[in-house]
Amino acid sequence: MIKFNRFYTQFNILSSLLIILSLILLIFKGLNFGIDFKGGTLIELRSSDTKINVSSLRDNLKQMDLGDVSVKKFGNDQDYLIKFENKNNKKNIIEEIRSSLDKSFGNNFDFRRVENVGPKVSAELLKSGIIAISISLAVMLIYIWIRFEWQFSLGAILALFHDVIVTLGLFSLLNLEINLSIIAAVLTIVGYSMNDTVVIFDRVRENLRKYSDIKIFELTNISINETLSRTLITSITTLLALLSIFFFGGEILKGFSLAMIFGVVFGTYSSIYIANSVLVRLNVSQKTILKEDEKN
Amino acid sequence: MLYFSKLRIISISFICLFFIFVASNNLFSPDKRFFDKKINLGLDLQGGSYLLLEIDNSPVIEQKLQNTTSTIRTYFKDKGIRIGNLNLSNQKISFTVEEQFKQSVIDEFNNENSEINPYYPRFKSHQFDLVDLGNSLELNFSKQGLVELKNSSQDQALEIVRRRIDEIGTNEPNILKRGNDRVLVELPGLDDPKRIKSLLGKTANLTFRFVSNDNQDSFGVEKLKHENGLDEDFVSKRIILSGDNLLDAQPRMDSQTNETVVSFTLDRVGAKRFGKATSANIGRQLAIILDGKIISAPVIRDTIASGSGQISGGFTFQSATDLSLLLRSGALPAPLNIIEERTVGPDLGQDSIDAGMIALIIGFLLVIIFIFIKYKTFGLITNVTLIINLLILLGILTLFEATLTLPGIAGIILTVGMAVDANVLIFERIKEELKNEKNNIIAFDSGYVKSRTAILDANITTLLAAIILFFMGSGPIKGFSVTLGVGIFTTLFSVYFIARLFTSIYVTKNKDKEALI
Repeated sequence: MIKFNRFYTQFNILSSLLIILSLILLIFKGLNFGIDFKGGTLIELRSSDTKINVSSLRDNLKQMDLGDVSVKKFGNDQDYLIKFENKNNKKNIIEEIRSSLDKSFGNNFDFRRVENVGPKVSAELLKSGIIAISISLAVMLIYIWIRFEWQFSLGAILALFHDVIVTLGLFSLLNLEINLSIIAAVLTIVGYSMNDTVVIFDRVRENLRKYSDIKIFELTNISINETLSRTLITSITTLLALLSIFFFGGEILKGFSLAMIFGVVFGTYSSIYIANSVLVRLNVSQKTILKEDEKN
Repeated sequence: MLYFSKLRIISISFICLFFIFVASNNLFSPDKRFFDKKINLGLDLQGGSYLLLEIDNSPVIEQKLQNTTSTIRTYFKDKGIRIGNLNLSNQKISFTVEEQFKQSVIDEFNNENSEINPYYPRFKSHQFDLVDLGNSLELNFSKQGLVELKNSSQDQALEIVRRRIDEIGTNEPNILKRGNDRVLVELPGLDDPKRIKSLLGKTANLTFRFVSNDNQDSFGVEKLKHENGLDEDFVSKRIILSGDNLLDAQPRMDSQTNETVVSFTLDRVGAKRFGKATSANIGRQLAIILDGKIISAPVIRDTIASGSGQISGGFTFQSATDLSLLLRSGALPAPLNIIEERTVGPDLGQDSIDAGMIALIIGFLLVIIFIFIKYKTFGLITNVTLIINLLILLGILTLFEATLTLPGIAGIILTVGMAVDANVLIFERIKEELKNEKNNIIAFDSGYVKSRTAILDANITTLLAAIILFFMGSGPIKGFSVTLGVGIFTTLFSVYFIARLFTSIYVTKNKDKEALI
């Protein structure tokens, strides 16, 4: 049996540090919002001329008064991703760029994807994204509260907060883009992390009924170990699926699968070290469970 | 938990076969299908354009209030009440009235049956709110009045947008209302929405008005720019004819001038009015005005009584085609602004499908191999179940004609990863049970029973996330939540019915074997 419980304190301190660090990053560095949430224009283009490169494209676009322009390679060697604010909200900006590029480089471009999000829409998308995440956290809190005692609910929610905040912190640190699909990823992380926590909690509850003489500190460790093989196998299969999306699913799904991969790792860790240590710190005992049973 | 009645086995097999049959429908070309249902590909996979248009209602509000100001003036004039300082600004009408009449004016506005409130009998609420500011009164749209106005202009805009897009003849367009001042347009297969954007960007408000250079016209004049942006002319505000009177418009080549023109046909009322106006004004210039700009201002040489005519204005064939299309489909009630646009080219869509498929196959193989190595016979059972699970999932998506997006494919792959979880929970539990229980059947049975709460709780929490995503999320996220949510149901079904059936058959046959799992 692995002694997970020996490191509760150390890992709790580490997690608190990670959360504080993430919050500092989120407050001072902020997130790299994509055009979904910031508004602006995105163009993915493919050139058939190998002489074209990022800097020549950037130079050409800089002359067009587009506000902040970012140009970078996107997957393939000949694919580029151009993003700009489109501050003046010019209507025919895409046609203008097309003709300007054609003029400078010849007719060598294929506009594979164009996205243009106005400021009003992006503000709405951001708002509904935040609402979606908040509601799902609340709904899960209520669900766990109904199914378990409040101590369990608190532990699950703290674990969830940890996963979401640290994943977002990592996105801030690595300057990865936050777009609509990242919101979906964050919500799935929430679901996955909850899933993991619930499986261990279920076992803790069962063991609490079974043994009246074992203290919660030992009991959580027994439960973690009993469910450990399941935790590992599920994490591995999910990671296998996610890694294949990351490596083979194309550029567009990269950010999404990366967020999920972080989430699965943090989710597995937090179910063991945060959710369970909360039970220990709240001194959950057989009485907590029996009280619930009497009620039913 | 291991016992299955014959009826149950038959119904499980039937359900599986049914959905596999439904899913297989997608493999055939449209004319060879068993029935007319398939999974639709989202715009991100098949390529196409998504446009979100917002109706700018302020001109409509302005116009309505303008009409109301004249109504107020004449209405109270007839009642012998003098309205002073009648003024329209910031979408509000303000006016003053002598103190002695003030109360009766307020009463008149609040009276549900008064003729000043024609709106009330129809909608059972007031169109305007009247605010007493002490020395003046202020009238503005009430909440209900504004909602009604927006709804009606949205209905009209939707209709006109549909007509214009139908005229261009794109493939299966999707035109929907969003909120009460937006219209969503989805155009599958369209990789350059330039033409549609320019067609939807025009209100196409056509009027015929006389050019008046003597500034003496009783209706007032306004200065309007020509289409070329350089010249200007004074044009009477009185409308001789508007686009509403047009029956048809077509691009045509004028054989005499060799110029592309738009020829139009007027309805009976329009033809009559046009004939009268032209006969009385030979020698004057008649301006043809589209969206506040003069297209041309030809001199009337003769009476036009036939009810048909032509507009020339230096058109190319394309612009003449577009203008006649706009005139045929009618004017928008208010200008539309494109506030969100997403276009994916068809080759990128195909690339995304390919990448998604490769990821799905590789992810699937990795999971299958891993599970097989880990559980051998039961791994095989899990894997067969997993494949059936995927087919049922596709079958349900086909039945509901769901739209598969790239995030949707990601949702399926994630389902593959997590579907294994329930089986793993059960098998691990059975292993534990076998440590204390030598009877295989009892151990398997209690393994299923004891793992059930954990599996249900875990799946319900993920399902909750999927449901919230479905209702809160937009566009691509919805596709993800659909496959994830449906995936949870098919997973639970395949774990508790299909995999359990296989397990039960295997265990009953090998009940005396040691180290079964």
